[in-house]
Amino acid sequence: MPDLGPLWLSLWLATVTTALLMILGTPLAWWLANTRARIKPVIEALTAMPLVLPPTVMGFYLLVLLNPESLIGSLWVQATGSTLTFSFAGLVVASLFYSLPFMVQPLQSAFESIGRGPMEAAASLRARPLDAFFTVAVPLAARGFLTAGVLTFAHTIGEFGVVLMVGGNIPGETRVISIAIYEHVETLQYTEAHILSAGLLIFSFAVLVLVYAANRRRPIHAG
Amino acid sequence: MPARRLEIEAKVAFAGFSLDLMLDLALTGVTALFGPSGGGKTTLLRIIAGLERRAVGRIAFDAELWADSARRHFLAPHRRPVGTVFQDARLFDHLDVAGNLRFAERRSRGRDPAITTEGVVEALDLSPLLERRVGALSGGERQRVALGRTLLTRPRLLLLDEPLSALDVGRKADILPYLEEAPRRFGIPAIHVSHAVEEVAQIADRVVVLSDGGVQAIGKVGEVLERLDLQPYTGRFEAGSLVEATVLEHDAGYRLTHLQLSRQRLTMPMVAFLEPGDQVRLRVRARDVALAIRRPEGLSIRNILAGTVVEISAEAETAFAEVLVDVGGERLRARITRASVADLRLEPGLSVYALIKSATFDRRAITRRPD
Repeated sequence: MPDLGPLWLSLWLATVTTALLMILGTPLAWWLANTRARIKPVIEALTAMPLVLPPTVMGFYLLVLLNPESLIGSLWVQATGSTLTFSFAGLVVASLFYSLPFMVQPLQSAFESIGRGPMEAAASLRARPLDAFFTVAVPLAARGFLTAGVLTFAHTIGEFGVVLMVGGNIPGETRVISIAIYEHVETLQYTEAHILSAGLLIFSFAVLVLVYAANRRRPIHAG
Repeated sequence: MPARRLEIEAKVAFAGFSLDLMLDLALTGVTALFGPSGGGKTTLLRIIAGLERRAVGRIAFDAELWADSARRHFLAPHRRPVGTVFQDARLFDHLDVAGNLRFAERRSRGRDPAITTEGVVEALDLSPLLERRVGALSGGERQRVALGRTLLTRPRLLLLDEPLSALDVGRKADILPYLEEAPRRFGIPAIHVSHAVEEVAQIADRVVVLSDGGVQAIGKVGEVLERLDLQPYTGRFEAGSLVEATVLEHDAGYRLTHLQLSRQRLTMPMVAFLEPGDQVRLRVRARDVALAIRRPEGLSIRNILAGTVVEISAEAETAFAEVLVDVGGERLRARITRASVADLRLEPGLSVYALIKSATFDRRAITRRPD
């Protein structure tokens, strides 16, 4: 039986990343869906970059950006006493960048499909903008939030290259499941690799089935 | 209901459309914004509601300044005491009917205690719908719910953006009484956008004719709709005129209702909901009116009204001419051939008889006026 620590670490990383990205990505997606600013295509392209860049490129720049000699890295060391690179906090930061498009794009298209109509209706019914956002836009975009959450979570679980570059392979800290599987394979421990891989496979499948089933039982009216 | 005053100076331009107008409206009852599609009606409504931020100008409602771009003042839409009913209803799909009403009610508590959920539900017959999902409503029901929801924002001005345009004729007839009744019942002036002259004739007190982004005419419904020079805007539709009449009596045997129109008698198929003494407004289509220069006899037509020709407007490229006839204060439009105009030697000032077949009136042509 292999050490299941990497599995829990991956789940925890994906949970933290999904939660943070939902908070950070929602305003960005809303802005992108509603803005007429000329800078919009630039921001959209930046958001989509992680989809096209090899994880090693992202990992490399994150390493440069976050290492203790860099501005951000040194500030982090001063504030927390530990480094951003080769730590769980660094993995979270890397995952935020790496999984950003998986949160922002489904949300943006959900917000776009709602259109201005319901928000104008809410304003005409005396709802302040933030009130209207939470009581009208969010419920109407529920399917988008579900999709964005599931994709972000699953994508973070499946992360490998960026994690390896930024986090390395520290048990309990940065040794997530994909790294553990890679190491088992490298050291020819195929049984352990099988168990972890199969576990991940079954887990992912079960989560997706649950999500789709829940979705089907109580259809969400999204626009 | 004391008249409220709405002053608008607005300019806006976007691809292929521009609007530039000044309006000073005394708002009581229902004011129709009328004109062809693409004439700027909806845009003007959105400017009043604060939904069209690209517009520049000034809007004042009584003593309240809603927008003044010269002073960089703009009151956000949710702070304006207007209630908008959108063309497409825009009910919230994630809430049921009761939830939609509650959404509005909760956010406007303490504004106008005379408007209650119970009152609105009763006035619009919404109680059978309250538990229903929005997706399960018919077009007419959706608009009724939308109107109820808007009333529950306790607005001081109602904006109705073609709420009937998506409905078929039968449904329109079902909803129209509610749209006419609600503003009066709750004492809220309304601006009703429409491109259907029948609708305007039935529910409006005053009309603003809007076309090509500007105001073409403004005035009482009867006066504006019968103006011959506005035919490019009004005449594209079923041309006609509006007259005020008083119900005299019903003739149950022949199933007829007798009306008095400027001391002359008018007969139409019986309209049971009317009572003797009721003031009504009748819409008479121009093509249903014929003219004679002597009182005809031996005719099946019962409605023969003595009058005087006021104005004749010939349509050079067609066979027809429109003749405006004064029948003792009220005015009728008659659409007859130019050949008849020549044969009868019709000219302004000539005494004529206007003939209207009783069968051309239907229930939808008549509306009861509030006293």
